[in-house]
Order: sequence, then C-alpha cells, then structure tokens
Amino acid sequence: MADFKINIVADLESLKDKVSAARAAEKIRISLCMGNGCLAAGAGEVYDALKESLEKHGVATKSDLFDEGVKDNINYTHTGCQGMCQHGPLLQIDPENNSDKGITYMKVTVDDVDEIVEKTIMNGEVIERLLHKDANGVSYKNYKDIPFYQLQTFVTMKDCGRINPHDIREYIGIGGYLGLANALKSTPADVIKTMTDSGLKGRGGGGFPTGVKWNFCAKETAPKKYVVCNGDEGDPGAFMDDAIMDGSPQSILEGMRIAGFAIGADEGWIYVRAEYPHAVKSLGKAIEEAREYGLLGDNILGSGMKFDIHIKEGAGAFVCGEETALLASIEGKRGMPRPKPPFPAHSGLFGKPTIINNVETFANVPKIMLLGADVFKQNGVEGSYGTKTFSITGDIVNSGLIEVPMGTKMSDIVYKIGGGVLNNAKLKAVQVGGPSGGCVPADKADVSMDYDSVKAVGAIVGSGGLVVMSETACMVDVAKYFMTFTQSESCGKCTMCREGTKRMLEILTKICDGRGEDGDIETLEELAKAVSDGSLCALGKTAPNPVLSTLRYFRSEYEAHIYDKKCPAGKCTAFKKYHIIPDKCKGCSACARKCPVGAISGELKKPFVIDSEKCIKCGVCAATCKFGAIEF
Amino acid sequence: MSCACALDDPKGIEAYVSSLVEKHGRERHSLIPILQAVQSRFNYLPKELLLEVSKQTDIPLSNIYGVATFYAFFSLDPKGKNMIKVCNGTACHVRNNKPIIEAALKVCNIPEGAITSEDRLFSVEKVNCLGACGLAPAVVVNGKVYGHVTPDKITALINELRDKEEA
Ligand SMILES: Cc1cc2nc3c(=O)[nH]c(=O)nc-3n(C[C@H](O)[C@H](O)[C@H](O)COP(=O)(O)O)c2cc1C
Repeated sequence: MADFKINIVADLESLKDKVSAARAAEKIRISLCMGNGCLAAGAGEVYDALKESLEKHGVATKSDLFDEGVKDNINYTHTGCQGMCQHGPLLQIDPENNSDKGITYMKVTVDDVDEIVEKTIMNGEVIERLLHKDANGVSYKNYKDIPFYQLQTFVTMKDCGRINPHDIREYIGIGGYLGLANALKSTPADVIKTMTDSGLKGRGGGGFPTGVKWNFCAKETAPKKYVVCNGDEGDPGAFMDDAIMDGSPQSILEGMRIAGFAIGADEGWIYVRAEYPHAVKSLGKAIEEAREYGLLGDNILGSGMKFDIHIKEGAGAFVCGEETALLASIEGKRGMPRPKPPFPAHSGLFGKPTIINNVETFANVPKIMLLGADVFKQNGVEGSYGTKTFSITGDIVNSGLIEVPMGTKMSDIVYKIGGGVLNNAKLKAVQVGGPSGGCVPADKADVSMDYDSVKAVGAIVGSGGLVVMSETACMVDVAKYFMTFTQSESCGKCTMCREGTKRMLEILTKICDGRGEDGDIETLEELAKAVSDGSLCALGKTAPNPVLSTLRYFRSEYEAHIYDKKCPAGKCTAFKKYHIIPDKCKGCSACARKCPVGAISGELKKPFVIDSEKCIKCGVCAATCKFGAIEF
Repeated sequence: MSCACALDDPKGIEAYVSSLVEKHGRERHSLIPILQAVQSRFNYLPKELLLEVSKQTDIPLSNIYGVATFYAFFSLDPKGKNMIKVCNGTACHVRNNKPIIEAALKVCNIPEGAITSEDRLFSVEKVNCLGACGLAPAVVVNGKVYGHVTPDKITALINELRDKEEA
C-alpha cells in the first residue's frame, strides 16, 4: 500500500517536494533503458547483471526512492525508451541528479557491467569504448551533445527514459498531476477552451482538433460518458505509442482524467494492441498505483471528481485502430467499423457519448494544462502546433524514436538526427504514414513535417512512422508490401475494400513476379479510385495510397518491371538467378554449408553449382562467398 | 487459474470455464478476455472449450466463432510447442526478412502452406510489426525478441530448441 494518500492538491505538492529532495540527494542515478528495442538487445540480462555486480562490489544502493539510510546513495532503475534503439542497450549514469554531467553508454553487454561498476560508478572514470561514436569517429560523453538528441524537443517523451515508469512518485516529482490539479481548479468549459486554443490535433492519424472533439461530447447531456484511449498503434514501422505507454504511463492516465473532467465522464478505457505486452503491464501497474494514491477513484484531489480506468487488450486486428471498430472490440464483438454519424461523441462505447483519442494526444494534455496553450504553441507551425514523435527506421544509421517540433524538415530528421542512410547509400524515398501513407522521394525530402505539407506531397503524417529506404528498395515491392498488409487486414465489410485490394495485390504480385502486362498500371489506377470511393472507413479509403504515391514518383520503375522485365533495384527475386562463376569458385564449400535449403552442391576444391529449382534466392551464398564467385 | 483439465474430461472443462467466467464476467464484453485466457493456456481454442463458454455465458456459438475467426491472435488449430514469430513490419521488410522466414520454415520442416510442423514442435508465423524496428529484422522465439536476425542465426536458434526437445 502507498505510504500516504493524496487527498488534496497540497498533498501533491508536498510529495513533489519530498521526491525532488530525495532525487537531489542521490549521488548517482543509473538509468537503464528497457524499452522494446533495448530489451531485444539484451537489457533484461544487463539489468540483472548490474544488480548482482553492485552487490558483489559492496556498492550500497537505495532499496526505495525514499531510502535515506544508504551511505553511497546510489539509485539504479529501469526506464522506458531513451530513443536511440539502434545502439541499445542504453545506460545513463547521472551524478548528483544532474543529467548535464551524465555519462551515456551504448551497446552495453553483460560483460561490460563489472567494468562499469568498478570504473565509472566507484571511481568516476569514463569508459571510452562504450561511448557513442558518430560516423566521423567523434565520441560523445553525454547524450545531450549527440546530434541525434540535440535537434529534438521533448514534450510527450520528456519523462520517458528519465524516470522509473513503475513508480508514480517519480512522475509526481517532476510535476506530474499538477496539470490535473490546474484543470480541477478551473471549469470544464475552461479546460476545453485551453485545449481548443492550443490547436492540438489528434496524433492518431486523423489530425482532428482535440478541443473541438471534446466540446462535442461535453455538450451531450447523458449521465454516463466514456473516455477511451486508442493504444492500438497498428501501423507497421511505428512504435511511439508503445514507448509512451511503457515509459510514461502516468501521463496518459493524467490526460484521460483531464478529458473526463472536461466532458463529464467517470470511466475510461485504454485499448492496447496485443503485440505490446510490456505496455499492458506498465499501464496496469500505473493504474494500480494511481488508485492506491487516490489519484483514481472517488473525490480525486478533493474536487469531488470520480474516475476509474480499465485496460482492454486487443486480439490482433489492425482495423481495430479505427475508432468505431475499436469500440465494437471493447464490447466483445468483431471489430468492424460502422458508418458515422452517429459519431462516438454522440453515441460511442455501449451506446454512450464517448471521446476517443490517441495515446500521444493524451500525453500532450497534462503539459498543456500545466504550462498553458501559449507555451504549447511555441513549437510547431501554423495549423500544426506542438511536437510530434516519429519512429525512424529502415535503412538508417540511427534507428529509433524521436520527438521534434512539427514543421521540422524531413531531411533534417533523416540526415541530422538519423545520421543519414545506412552504409552511405543514396536515399531513395521515405515512407510516411504506414499503409495509409505514401513514399516521399529523395528530391522532396526537404518537406516540412506538418499535416498540410506532407499531404501535398502525397503522403500523410499519420501516426508518425518514417521508414527510410535506400536505392536497394524496389518501389513496386514496397507498394506490394502495403497492399498485402491492407488486404489481409481488411475486415471484409465493404466489397470494394475486400475484393478491390485483392485484385490490386494480384496485379502487383504479377508485376513483381515478372508477369506484368501492358495495361496493368492503368487497371491499378482504376481500381485505386474504386477502392477509395467504395469503402466506408479510412482503411479502404487510403489503402491505394502507397500504390498511387509510388506510381506518382516512380512510374518508370513499374514500367521497367512490366516492359523490360527488370527490377532496377535488384530486389524482386523473380528477375534474379544466382549462379556460381566456375573460374572464381575455389570449391571451399562455405556457400553450400550456409545455404538454408541445401541448393548448393559440389566436390571440395572443385567449382560448386546452384540448383536453381531448389534455390530460394535469399542471397546468403553471395554474402558468404569470399571470392565474389556468386552473382545474379 | 491454470487447470490441469484434459480436453476429454467434461468436468474439468466445466470447472475451468466457470473459473474464467467468474473472473471476467459473462457479459458480451467479457468474451474476448475469456478467449484470450483460453488461447494463452492451450495455444489455441479447443472446440470443447468454446462449446462450454457458449453454454455458460449464453453467447451463441456462432457469435463466438465469429469473434474467434476475426482476430489474428486466436487460432482454431493447435499450434506448435515452440512459437517462432517473424516480424513483418515495414522496417523488417525493407531490411529483408524474407530469407529468414524461408529458412525458419525449412529448418522446422513445415510443409508448404502450413504454419505448424507435423510433429507439432514448431509453428512459424509472420506477425504484424512488433515495434522493435531499431533491431530489424526482428524475430520472437517463445516470447523472447531477437534483433538483427539472419538466416544463420534463426537456423541456429531453432536447432538449439530441437536439441533441447530431443535431449
Ligand atoms: C484502419 C485505421 C486504423 C487506425 N489505427 C489507429 C491507431 O492505431 N491508433 C490511433 O490512435 N488511431 C488510429 N486510427 C484513427 C482513429 O480512428 C481515430 O481517429 C483516433 O484514435 C482519434 O484520436 P486522435 O484524434 O487523438 O488522433 C485508425 C484509423 C483507421 C481508419
């Protein structure tokens, strides 16, 4: 149980002071990133090793935030995503609660842990080898100096990676719940006005003004209303919402409560996608803690407000990200979208007025209520205010999670923050907005990342997934990839979406398989229009976008597949045939041993051969051969 | 909550389902959490259990079937003991996950078009983006995420699992 309950705002303020004092007294804070990327890189093992090593070396660590009895006053914690996923596991060591003086280690392994404890923690020495080095060999001691972080502006991700997400006191210590306190001191109408003035638009893809949506629902007179948080984040290549749910869950709960106050709801639901078990756990823990501290339940902060939140796990259906499908899924039905109106604000969950917002939208709310609409508007550009998180992935040096003011140039994200294209390759395109979005070609990469400008180049900001593609990416293959996705995720309700995407996929597959014919491009264009016109929800309406945008900028690549029977990027395997050049082959059998399907045979010291019937064209042999004897 | 009920023991099934109904409720919105519990316990949704869920919740079997076939996480067919999920997010696609899937299917001896090996030791599935894009291509083997996977690495991982099974 919590050591005390927060009954009134003064309790919140005194707890904040107490946490600040406890953190200020910490001689060293060790923060290990345990976001999804770092976990996959072994952060879990590093955490255990760290604990063991600190004990072994007799370093006295705090058993709790308020544990003052330890002489070394060292605190180690896990955090949510720290951003630079590509270089994980990330470890931050901050002396005297001052991250400006901190040391940032990357790619930390279990074998490094003893050395870190002995040298850095016990003696303040920096281990050069574990620092981040950029492409020019410059190394950085503190993450704040790394270009990747320098160009970012943290608002929703500010706490993520800096606090223990499973300790509500740490969130309160950095001003958490003061935004809610401000809201409760004013009126619902004032809260809505602040939200409207801030110009915040929904971060879930639609970009609808949040204040306006809340106002619709506030006007409904029903006694029961709901607040729903959309944590379905289905776009492939996007993981921002996961990071916020996992690393800063209290900010979402606080945002939902402010929304509840504004519209007059006493119950909230968070729908989390099934693929995010850590986010579910973290949110569950956060809800429990908020209840214990009295920040969920009856009479929150002495205001008389009542609010509770439940979690609903998804079961693996992309279309459930669509708001009406999501509500149907919470109700235990097949997640199929329905026509609007009625809008959820009028008739939503269990038929009651409901507002539904995205995770990142809610994470912005406490900051707006704490600092005001004007401060929020200091970031961004006309029509797109505030910051936006993006996940940058694909053929890029620094894959990871970032937050920048809206209106930042895409090229700055790719080159300055992302460190450029992998292996110094040439940029071909950046895919933005997932299956509803499009491919922005390299010569348009200076586009400003705001709602209108991105739309003008044929893509959408969407939820914020940026997938960087080099010259090795085939644009027809990319279009096929997204069509495969939407085709299999179509719920089947609208004929055009169900059948039209299937036909489009067939044509794209045919083109990639080298069986493209004259007229295919025109048929694709015709179908694209039909699918878009004949679908109820945005899944179908936007499904043709990846095809249309690649046709707009890379039509010649389609034509090369169809008429010249060539894949200019060399990606489509139908046009490839691997063979061994006998003169170059030394008969070492390395390729034969690596071939996953046993398609290579031969006698040692004599040229080997590839059985093209068995070959799956994976390219492992070519990558293995030291003599350049395999080509296609 | 775990139960040792075998699928041919009606009493055991009844008791197990009733424990689920007690925990999650018998309303329509309890259905997905109940099915999720069954799926994670058995790795699929056995027919006997669905019949019992229908009986105890009064939700028509046709509706349960509708839900069970709509969501990707539910399966009506038994899955392999070891689950290999190859991420098919955009980043993993761009970073070439295809050879990994092919190698995994091959090493697991999974017949063409199927996802589970005949000995039910392995299932190999392509799954939607796992959100570990920084480590593309990514694969989840029995719940643990592996990054920067190559056909070699997946082959070695699967062989290790097989050795353990045979030991
Ligand atoms: C097919 C489809 C998938 C969607 N997926 C998501 C999603 O994963 N997360 C999300 O927040 N919104 C998603 N949306 C948008 C929601 O319908 C809705 O607009 C959004 O949750 C509203 O919140 P916002 O105003 O804060 O953005 C999706 C829409 C469609 C049509």
